[in-house]
Amino acid sequence: MALMKHLNGLVDVDRGIISREIFVNEDIYRAEQEQVFARAWLFIGHESQIRNPGDYLVSSMGEESVILCRDRSGRVHVFLNSCRHRGMKVCRYDEGNTIEFQCPYHGWSYATDGTLVGVPFAKDAYGAQLDRSQWGLIEVARLEVYKSTVWATWDRSAPSFLDYIGGYKVYLDLLLDAWDGREGGTEAIGGIHKWLVPCNWKFPAENFSGDRYHGVSHRSVDMVGIGPSGQSRRDMGERNQARWLDVSFPELGHSMIAFLRPHDAPLAPAYQDAPVVADYFRRCEEERKRRRGDSWRLFGGPGTMFPNTSPLARQPRTLAVWHPRGPHQTEVWRWYFVDADAPPEVKDFLRHYYIRYSGPSGLTEQDDMENWNYAHKASRGTIARQHPYNYEMGLGRSTRAFEDHGLTLPGAITDVTVANASEHNQRGFYRRWRQFMEAASWDELR
Amino acid sequence: MSDVERLLLRQEVEEFLYREAELLDERRYEEWLELLTDDVRYFMPMRRNVPHDETEREFTREGVDISWFDEGKDTLTRRVRQILTGIHWAEEPPSRICHMISNVQVLGAGPAGPSGTEIAVKSRFLVYRNRVETETDVLVGKREDLLRRVNGGFKLARRRIVLDQSVLLAKNLTFFF
Repeated sequence: MALMKHLNGLVDVDRGIISREIFVNEDIYRAEQEQVFARAWLFIGHESQIRNPGDYLVSSMGEESVILCRDRSGRVHVFLNSCRHRGMKVCRYDEGNTIEFQCPYHGWSYATDGTLVGVPFAKDAYGAQLDRSQWGLIEVARLEVYKSTVWATWDRSAPSFLDYIGGYKVYLDLLLDAWDGREGGTEAIGGIHKWLVPCNWKFPAENFSGDRYHGVSHRSVDMVGIGPSGQSRRDMGERNQARWLDVSFPELGHSMIAFLRPHDAPLAPAYQDAPVVADYFRRCEEERKRRRGDSWRLFGGPGTMFPNTSPLARQPRTLAVWHPRGPHQTEVWRWYFVDADAPPEVKDFLRHYYIRYSGPSGLTEQDDMENWNYAHKASRGTIARQHPYNYEMGLGRSTRAFEDHGLTLPGAITDVTVANASEHNQRGFYRRWRQFMEAASWDELR
Repeated sequence: MSDVERLLLRQEVEEFLYREAELLDERRYEEWLELLTDDVRYFMPMRRNVPHDETEREFTREGVDISWFDEGKDTLTRRVRQILTGIHWAEEPPSRICHMISNVQVLGAGPAGPSGTEIAVKSRFLVYRNRVETETDVLVGKREDLLRRVNGGFKLARRRIVLDQSVLLAKNLTFFF
């Protein structure tokens, strides 16, 4: 296949050299829709947004609109949001509750389990020709509800969700488990930030995969101080006590920035602006020690679950999805998480912190969007495309046998406590990306 | 209130809003902050596509949900300080911003409490931003303000900004409405 030969010179993760072409080339973008987005497990939404039978939320899988809904018997489904007759979107609301989805074009209507239930003039116009059982809404091949988050894939031969996340489960759980170490126990706050950024979807995906190097981007917010203790953009004390780990699963494409707190040191103060919040987290962390034993010391940060879902496992706890909207545009959806059982004052404090940190109005991330926007723009030219990006930082420094005072952690890990940063996680992401782009089917991806 | 009083009040409100827009467009942000009461609420909900008869779900809720803005003077002050650092790259080099304020309606004076008389005002905005070269955003919507009379003048005590977009079509919101 011509594209495969093409990619050969474009993505060389062993040397840390990646062509700009993969970000700006239209053919590569089109191939990604088939090779990556039609195969991978993708994030759809949160169960708390579809609590009752008939509840639905319109989401996206890659470029395409999908409906997440709970049918009348309580089962969760994900359907392509397109009428089987002529393709009209059967739902143009963002969320709600319904008995059926009626297409506004010719009136075909579908039950919340996807069954085609209504066809105008069915008897007279079609007679016995139309086999309704064959014309229900198109449903994803596999769906998984994991700790209240809903994931799906279009590929019937994809591995199970748990196999897809593999050893990354430990890190994804840092977002989805309650702060006190209970399994699950988080909820999404109402309201999903949705906005457009003029850049390829891989800019934010690789940034979140573990870019500790872009301190200069955020120096202005650090000077101003929006963190939970009124300093910097976040509480730095406990981070600075911790070992800084870049964790990658190159064979899966997933990664996260992690922090391993010392096993023998008292915790640095945090949340100094709000005693109630400080007290809440202190109590949670005591409980976490009891529940998790020595692994209580592991805390997460930003990460990317291949291909386009980014958990941020530390305050601001969020989950971002980078929806491709053409090679030069990304539509970001951002969910915000809190412990479901946290007191109202804690939820309120965190919500305010999340809004002033994250998204288009966040003092921190506004500057990220500027960088992705103009990095992309300046990489589109004929000359620019002849010169690849550099991902050499920290080459050859990772270990598969990380250990700290008897605690072992899964993944290929680069300790960047001294180095400050590496591009280990980005290389893992692009290694997997290349495999997806070259593979003929899931058989070659296992 | 007599007709003359009503006209004078409207005139005074419009002058306040236009002066405010002038300060923002001239990047005199610290002077703009002085126009806000210390307990100001600055709120901009997100909007959902909902059926016409379920409008109560259209907006994210102040104090409850995630919104574009839901903050007071402290965070607004930090936004100003960030712009003034000169290294807030999303606004450096500075954007060219123009606030068009129109359809000003004085909806009525609220109860005269210990903090003085408050006046409910509604207006339309068109905020134009152009930055670097071709990057251009046009954001249009409504504002619902509460102006408080302080020392003979007005201060902004509350602003609800209703942007006429669902998915935000701008990459960021580094400016004020």
